[in-house]
Amino acid sequence: MDIYLPIAEMSVNLFLLLGLGGAVGFLSGVFGVGGGFLMTPLLIFIGIPPAVAVGSEASQILASSFSGTIAHSRRGNVDFRMGAVLVAGGFLGSAFGVWLFAQLRQMGQIDLAISLAYVVFLGTVGVLMLVESVQAWFRMRARRDTFTRRHRHLWLHGLPFKMRFHRSRLYISALMPLGLGFFAGILASIMGVGGGFLMVPAMIYLIGMPTAVVVGTSLFQISFVTAVTTLLHAVNNYTVDVVLALALIVGGVIGAQFGSSAGAHLRGEQLRILLALIVLAVCVKLGYDLVARPDDLYSLAPMSH
Amino acid sequence: MSAGRLPRLIVLLALATVLPHGDAPRAQSLVADLSHHLIAITTAFVGTQVVAFGVAEGGGDIVVTVQGPREDVIVRRKFRVAGIWVNRERLAFRRVPAYYVVASTGPLEQIARPDVLAQLDIGTEYLDLEPIDASGLEISEIASFKEALVRRKQELGLYSREPIPINFVGEELFRTTLKFPANVPPGIYQVQVFELQDGFATDAQRSTLIVSKVGLEADIYDFAQQRASLYGLMAIALAIVSGWLAGVIFRRG
Repeated sequence: MDIYLPIAEMSVNLFLLLGLGGAVGFLSGVFGVGGGFLMTPLLIFIGIPPAVAVGSEASQILASSFSGTIAHSRRGNVDFRMGAVLVAGGFLGSAFGVWLFAQLRQMGQIDLAISLAYVVFLGTVGVLMLVESVQAWFRMRARRDTFTRRHRHLWLHGLPFKMRFHRSRLYISALMPLGLGFFAGILASIMGVGGGFLMVPAMIYLIGMPTAVVVGTSLFQISFVTAVTTLLHAVNNYTVDVVLALALIVGGVIGAQFGSSAGAHLRGEQLRILLALIVLAVCVKLGYDLVARPDDLYSLAPMSH
Repeated sequence: MSAGRLPRLIVLLALATVLPHGDAPRAQSLVADLSHHLIAITTAFVGTQVVAFGVAEGGGDIVVTVQGPREDVIVRRKFRVAGIWVNRERLAFRRVPAYYVVASTGPLEQIARPDVLAQLDIGTEYLDLEPIDASGLEISEIASFKEALVRRKQELGLYSREPIPINFVGEELFRTTLKFPANVPPGIYQVQVFELQDGFATDAQRSTLIVSKVGLEADIYDFAQQRASLYGLMAIALAIVSGWLAGVIFRRG
């Protein structure tokens, strides 16, 4: 059954969208990630204009991260004070990102910018995750306890505007989470991702937050940033397709439920290796498309102004 | 190419009224119409067909052209920079038809000379595509951009590759089926039916076809364009409510 997307101005099979939403939702349920980094490239692969993919995906991530935030805050796993600072940075970052997006679009470089950002970030995160999880797996097989992550004090923590974050048991400069939030906001608006794949490691290793509150706080921040990104894309670029978003949300919600129960049966290290491989596969595909000679060197775009 | 829109119309009118070819003058030798004058893009729209049909008593060739709404289009060309393919050169074209299809009773080159075809906007290769600010570009480069514009439109199914055949049913009744893909741009379409004899247009008829989003599709699109901030807030509300609903439903189960 085909459904016409009013903003993308094309018709797509509804079951394909539900299936994509379900598959990515399943993976995000298994791995506990938002899945935007998979969904946006997949939407582009099936022919959705990149700008519409990014704008609509923001509202899908909002739905799933909002749902996750409620669940985590019920268990007390959200550091709202830290979240508020991250969100403040995120608002600035996403405003800057949407402006940058419009500029790049006018210059005809937005597709390139999206692909490059994906290749760089997915490549980096994928390799780091693969190395870390393979090492952890070998250590586990050698039956040694390795849970000894220790909060190191970096020079970044000593910047001015120090703030106390009770829930995270930290007394650090507010500039750090502010900067991290800003950076994640830019990624959300240009790549159509929540940025969890980058935020979670950064919050653990850079800020030094306890792992228990990291996921909940990151989801809290992502909810706000994707909400603002959705609004800004709708107002500046007219690229939010609610029909597309709704189909993805429905598929994603169902997939995520099956995913989280499936994830409970798998080992942490194996999961992370698998996720790292998926991340790297997307990275390689996008990277290959950048260097391979395109079928047609010419492309068309409407003149907007 | 040199004739503007108004002189061309006058020429057509003059041809249509003053020069009926054949042995006996007739009041009107060409009558044509479309099976639909409105293409409604609904939620389930997957493309459609419109039949153009008519009666031509003159016994000449029949050509039908359909032109979509006109808009300025940017054509970009990729070059390899440091190993990756990057858009480097661009050329914009003024008022390019978003959709262009031609149907005819035979090969265009056998029906009329290129200058006649160009004057009547018949055939993709004779379309008058005018570049905006082509300074600094070679003639051959401009030609490649123009070719690319037509080629990409053809790949999108928005321009015809070969003229669609027009079939005669009996001596005078003709018909042809025009296809409109799912990605057909909304707007006002001009359909022109020409009768040509000995390489010249002897009669012409023009009618319009409207392609429009209707119902929910139209409402969503108009809402997103005209009340963008409210639309954005609604999109946020929709996402939050469905996220919350999902939590409620699956916590019970």
